[in-house]
Amino acid sequence: MAKTRSPSARDAAARPDAELMRGMFETMWLIRRFEERAAEEYMRGRIGGFLHLAIGEEAAVVGAISALRPTDPITSTYREHGQALARGSDPKAVMAELFGRATGLCGGLGGSMHLMDKERHFYGGYGIVGGSIPLAVGLAFAIAYRDEDSVAMAMFGDGAVNQGVLAEVMNMAELWRLPVVFFVLNNQYGMGTAVERASAETDLFKRADAFDMPARQVDGMDVMAVHAAVSEAARLAREERQPSMIEAIAYRYRGHSMSDPDTTREGSEKERWQARDPLVTFERVLLGEGVVTREEADAVRTAAERAVEEAVAFAEESPEVPEEELARHLYADPWSDDPRGGATVPGGGGGS
Amino acid sequence: MSTAKAPAARKAPSGPKPVSYREALTQAMREEMERDPDVFVMGEDVGQYEGAFKVTRGLLREFGERRVVDTPISEAGFVGIGIGAAMAGLRPVIEMMTVNFSILALDQIVNNAAKVRYMFGGQVACPMVIRMPGGAGHQLAAQHSHSLEAWYSHVPGLKVAVPSTPFDAKGLLKSAIRDDDPVIFLESEGLYAKKGPVGGPEELVPLGRAAVRRRGGDCTVIALSRMVWVALSAAEALAGEGIEAEVIDPRTLRPLDLEALAASVRRTGRAVIVEEGWPESGVAANLAARLYEACFDWLDAPIARVTAADVPMPYAKNLEQAALPSPSQVAGEVRRLLGRGGG
Repeated sequence: MAKTRSPSARDAAARPDAELMRGMFETMWLIRRFEERAAEEYMRGRIGGFLHLAIGEEAAVVGAISALRPTDPITSTYREHGQALARGSDPKAVMAELFGRATGLCGGLGGSMHLMDKERHFYGGYGIVGGSIPLAVGLAFAIAYRDEDSVAMAMFGDGAVNQGVLAEVMNMAELWRLPVVFFVLNNQYGMGTAVERASAETDLFKRADAFDMPARQVDGMDVMAVHAAVSEAARLAREERQPSMIEAIAYRYRGHSMSDPDTTREGSEKERWQARDPLVTFERVLLGEGVVTREEADAVRTAAERAVEEAVAFAEESPEVPEEELARHLYADPWSDDPRGGATVPGGGGGS
Repeated sequence: MSTAKAPAARKAPSGPKPVSYREALTQAMREEMERDPDVFVMGEDVGQYEGAFKVTRGLLREFGERRVVDTPISEAGFVGIGIGAAMAGLRPVIEMMTVNFSILALDQIVNNAAKVRYMFGGQVACPMVIRMPGGAGHQLAAQHSHSLEAWYSHVPGLKVAVPSTPFDAKGLLKSAIRDDDPVIFLESEGLYAKKGPVGGPEELVPLGRAAVRRRGGDCTVIALSRMVWVALSAAEALAGEGIEAEVIDPRTLRPLDLEALAASVRRTGRAVIVEEGWPESGVAANLAARLYEACFDWLDAPIARVTAADVPMPYAKNLEQAALPSPSQVAGEVRRLLGRGGG
C-alpha cells in the first residue's frame, strides 16, 4: 500500500452478492473456453492477423469489469476478447469479428485487436501499447465536463507502464480530478521481456506516487480481491472525483500471441501459477460458501462450451464483408458522393 | 507579399471592418462555443496566457476554465484526452502551440483519431479539430519551422485544412468544428497579422472547395496557405509582362477539390504548384501526380513545383530566405513553362 489514501478501507463493503458471484464465475469460464477455441480456430487458419489470448487473466478482467456499472466506459488493449465478453457482448459477434465476417462486432473491420461495443460502453481494443490510456482519460474528461456520475477505466498491461504517455495522462487525471481508474494488468511480461528486465521499480502501482494518486496492488488471480479493489477505486472516482491506480498481479498462460513460440519462460514458472488457477480457486470459494453446487459448476462449464460452439458455427456461416464496405466508414459523409469531390482512388480509398 | 492584393474571389459580404487572420480564428471559436456547449478549447497556455499567438484571447474570460483548458506540456497526452472526449460526443478544439510539437502527438493522431471510426466499423465518431500554427520565416531554425501538410494529408481518416485568408480562417474553422471527423487545421504563423474581410456567424466555408484567387488564362498557379500570397505577388509581377497567371487555393487538402484544380489546368495547359513544405513526397508532388492523371492530354508543358529547399531550416536570415519559395522563383517557373525569358 503506497499511501494512506489507498483504496482499501472499504473493501469489505463491496463484496458481491451470490448472484453476481455466479455471474462472474460464468463469465470467467466463457472467456476461458472462448480463448481456447479461438486458439484452435487460429491454428486452422480461420482467424487471421495476431491473436492475443487472456487465458490466466480471467480473474483480473472479470473482477475489474464486474465492479463497474454497465454504463461506465472502459478501454483496453489488443488482448481484449475477455473485456468484450465481460461487458456482455454477444460471443457470436466477437467470434465473427475474429473470423473477419460482416456480422462481427465491428463488421469485420477491426479483428481480434480492435473489438468495440459502444452500446455496452466498451470503447475498444487498441494495438499500440499505452496508446489507448489517454482515450479513457478523455472519456473521464467528458464525464466531468457533463457533470455525470460515471467512471472511466483504462485497462492496460505492465508493458504500457513504461510508455511516457501514461505519465502524461496520470498527471492530468490527478491535476484535474477526473473520474478514472488506471487498471494495470501485470501479467509479468511485455511480450517476451519480464517486468524486472523492463521496469526499474517492479511494484508498478508505485508510479502513482509521482502524481500524488492513491494506488494499490492486488492478487490478480483472485477475482474477489480484484472486484473489491476496483469497487473502491470506482467509488473514489465517482464520489470524490479521485482517480486511482490498481495493479493486478496475474499471469498469462500462453505466449504473447499465437505466433509467439513462448520459449523463454520456464515450465516450472507456469506450473506454479497454474496451481493457483483463478477459475479453480474461485470455484472452491463458491462451493465452500454454497453459492454453487458441484453440478451447477459443471453446468456452467457446459454452458460456456455450448455458447462458444454456437459462436463458431455462427461465425462460419456468416457472410464475408462486402467489398462496398471498404471505404464506407472512413468518414461520416464519404465525399466521393460530392460532385466536386476528388477522382476515384484505386482500391476505393477516401476519394481524396 | 505585403503588396499583394486581397484575393479577388471574396468580397466582404458582411464585415465592414477588416479583421486579422488571428482574430478571425478567435471569432470562429467564440461563435461556435456560444452556439454549441459541447465545444471546448484545450492546449498549452490557451487560457490565462491567451495562446502563444494570442488566438484564444478573451476566451477564458468569456467561457471559464471548464471550457478553456490549460494543459501541461504533454502533447500526446492531451491530444489523446481530446480524442477520448470526442468519442464521448464532445467537440474539442485542441491547440498545438505549433505544428512542430504535434510530432509528439503523432501516434494519437494517426493511430487513434484517424482510425477509430473506421476500425470499429462506424460505431464512434471523432469530431475534433487540432489547430496547428506552422511554417517558417522568423529565423526559428530547424526545429520550429515545419510545414507538415504532406504528413497529415497522407492519412486517410483525417481532414486537412490550410486557410490562407481571414475569411477562410474563420469559415473553415467553423466548418471544421461542426464536422463529425477529425480535422487537422494548419494555420500559418506568417499570416496571423494579415487583415481582410470575414463572414458572419453562418457564413461557413465548406471543406473541399478550392477558391480562385486571381483569374488568368496563361498558366495555373496552385498555392496553399501563405504561399497563396507568394503566388499572388508573382502573378502581379507577371501581369506587368503581359502574362496572366490564374492563382488557385485548394483551401483543404482532404477533401481535395481536384476538379477545380484540373478544370483550370485544362484551360491554361500549364501548372506551377507552390508549397512551403519539403519537395520529396510532398503536397506539390502529390498534386502534380493527380493532375497528370486528370489532365495529361491538356498539358502543354511539364508541371513545375516550387517548394522549400530539401534541408532542415537554417537559422541565418539570408539562408532561411534562400530555403523558402519566393515570388521571383514562382514567376520564373511560370515564364519557363511559357518559354519566356531566361527562367
